[in-house]
Amino acid sequence: MGTGNYRRKTSHSEHGPGDGGSTGSWRVERPFIDEALCIPCRRNKEACFICWLYCPEIVISRTIPPVVDLEYCKGCGICAEECPTKAITMVDEARFAHDNKKKE
Amino acid sequence: MQIIEDGNTAAALGVRLCRPQVIAAYPITPQTPLTEKLSEYVEEGSLAAEYIPVESEHSALAVCIAASSAGSRVFTATSANGLLYMHEQIQWAAGARLPIVMCVVNRAVGAPWNIWNDQQDSISQRDTGWIQIYCADHQQIIDTVIKAYWLAEKVSIPIMVCYDGYILSHTFMPFDLPQQKKVDAFLPPFKPDYALNPDEPANLNTVTLPDVRVDVHGELAHGYMEIRYLLQKDTRLALQEAAQAEKRFAEVFGRGGDPYIEPYLCDDAEYIAVGLGSITYQLRVCVDELRREGIKVGVMGVRYYRPFPDKVIAGALKGKKAVIVFEKAISYGYEGALASDLKSALYEYLAGTGSLPVIQNYIAGIGGREIRTDNLTKALKAATKGRVAQEPVWIGLKL
Repeated sequence: MGTGNYRRKTSHSEHGPGDGGSTGSWRVERPFIDEALCIPCRRNKEACFICWLYCPEIVISRTIPPVVDLEYCKGCGICAEECPTKAITMVDEARFAHDNKKKE
Repeated sequence: MQIIEDGNTAAALGVRLCRPQVIAAYPITPQTPLTEKLSEYVEEGSLAAEYIPVESEHSALAVCIAASSAGSRVFTATSANGLLYMHEQIQWAAGARLPIVMCVVNRAVGAPWNIWNDQQDSISQRDTGWIQIYCADHQQIIDTVIKAYWLAEKVSIPIMVCYDGYILSHTFMPFDLPQQKKVDAFLPPFKPDYALNPDEPANLNTVTLPDVRVDVHGELAHGYMEIRYLLQKDTRLALQEAAQAEKRFAEVFGRGGDPYIEPYLCDDAEYIAVGLGSITYQLRVCVDELRREGIKVGVMGVRYYRPFPDKVIAGALKGKKAVIVFEKAISYGYEGALASDLKSALYEYLAGTGSLPVIQNYIAGIGGREIRTDNLTKALKAATKGRVAQEPVWIGLKL
């Protein structure tokens, strides 16, 4: 963040994870990456990264495998839509809520 | 250099001296000659600004908001329904803390349609977060425009420089045209703390959460409430900066006075007339006449309406028998907004001291109804004899 007085007195945000705040508990679906289909995983090469490019929240890493930061992921599904090998599926959050409960 | 020009030209000359880089305005009576003059200056090359013609006032202010966000010194002007059409962007400009200077050439608002002077337009924008300064003559118009840029850029708050349509905008009077080199000495080029830069993309004023949040740099970023609180805090602090602007201006140009109020024969007065804009100079004629009759009256023009110089005003009115507030606007359903604000200031500082003056509120000149000086004098004199009425009294009403 800059040192300017002005910036500290206005609503100012920069591109990056968390730009729109933590997601909280309202996400309906979360992306799940199938590494058997994911191009960089399959080839073990820095390639594709279409999901990283399209994510509007910038929460998918450009790594092998790509990792989704679920703290900020809004579950919009754009990554799943754009993935050329259909390696990403959107999974109902209720399943994870159920799993978490079982663990407790 | 002393020149004789109309009020709109005084404003245009003042704006040109401040070297704005972007001007966007939509013509509306009685502001039109001001924007025409500025477009002429740009056309002839005497003002190196980008003049952006727009299809509406809403767009005019939107252009100014964008240009100011990119770090330019900007100007716009409007009147009446044009100002109301800007309303959404007016609030935006204040929340975005952009140092925009706008002349409001005061005119009545519709319905019914009316192009003449009153102050309902700017008074109705009181709570938008802008600073409002009212001018009583052409010298004040040109000087206030110059001071307004300094102050707006100092506190990052937009300013409306208000002056009465026709009565000031279209009448001619002599005034001193400040020298460019002195204005340049008073007003350095605009250097914003932050300006939009394509190399460092950022979002300005997108959805801002009710609570604070950690930003992408890991620093705590303000929530909506913090940003709005700082606007209020800084608008109050602008009162002190206004005094600084006045002082610096006096040093460079050798004129000026009290930044907040303009008293005339107030020191020994028992009764004080109060108003905004040109009516306060007309009231001086009434005061002179009543003084000849031995009635101790004075008149106080309020220059800063927002931020409201409550302490200064309460101090100036302390111990007076009555305060007579003349207004060209009304908060429908109650009374003149200035009268309410004065009562609030007096209560704040004088409650319990036993020196709370009686307040009489007069409404005058609505929709350009001629304000006859003899009627003003009569109204003022009547109020020195005790409370005329509890409700605001409309002067010159023919019902």
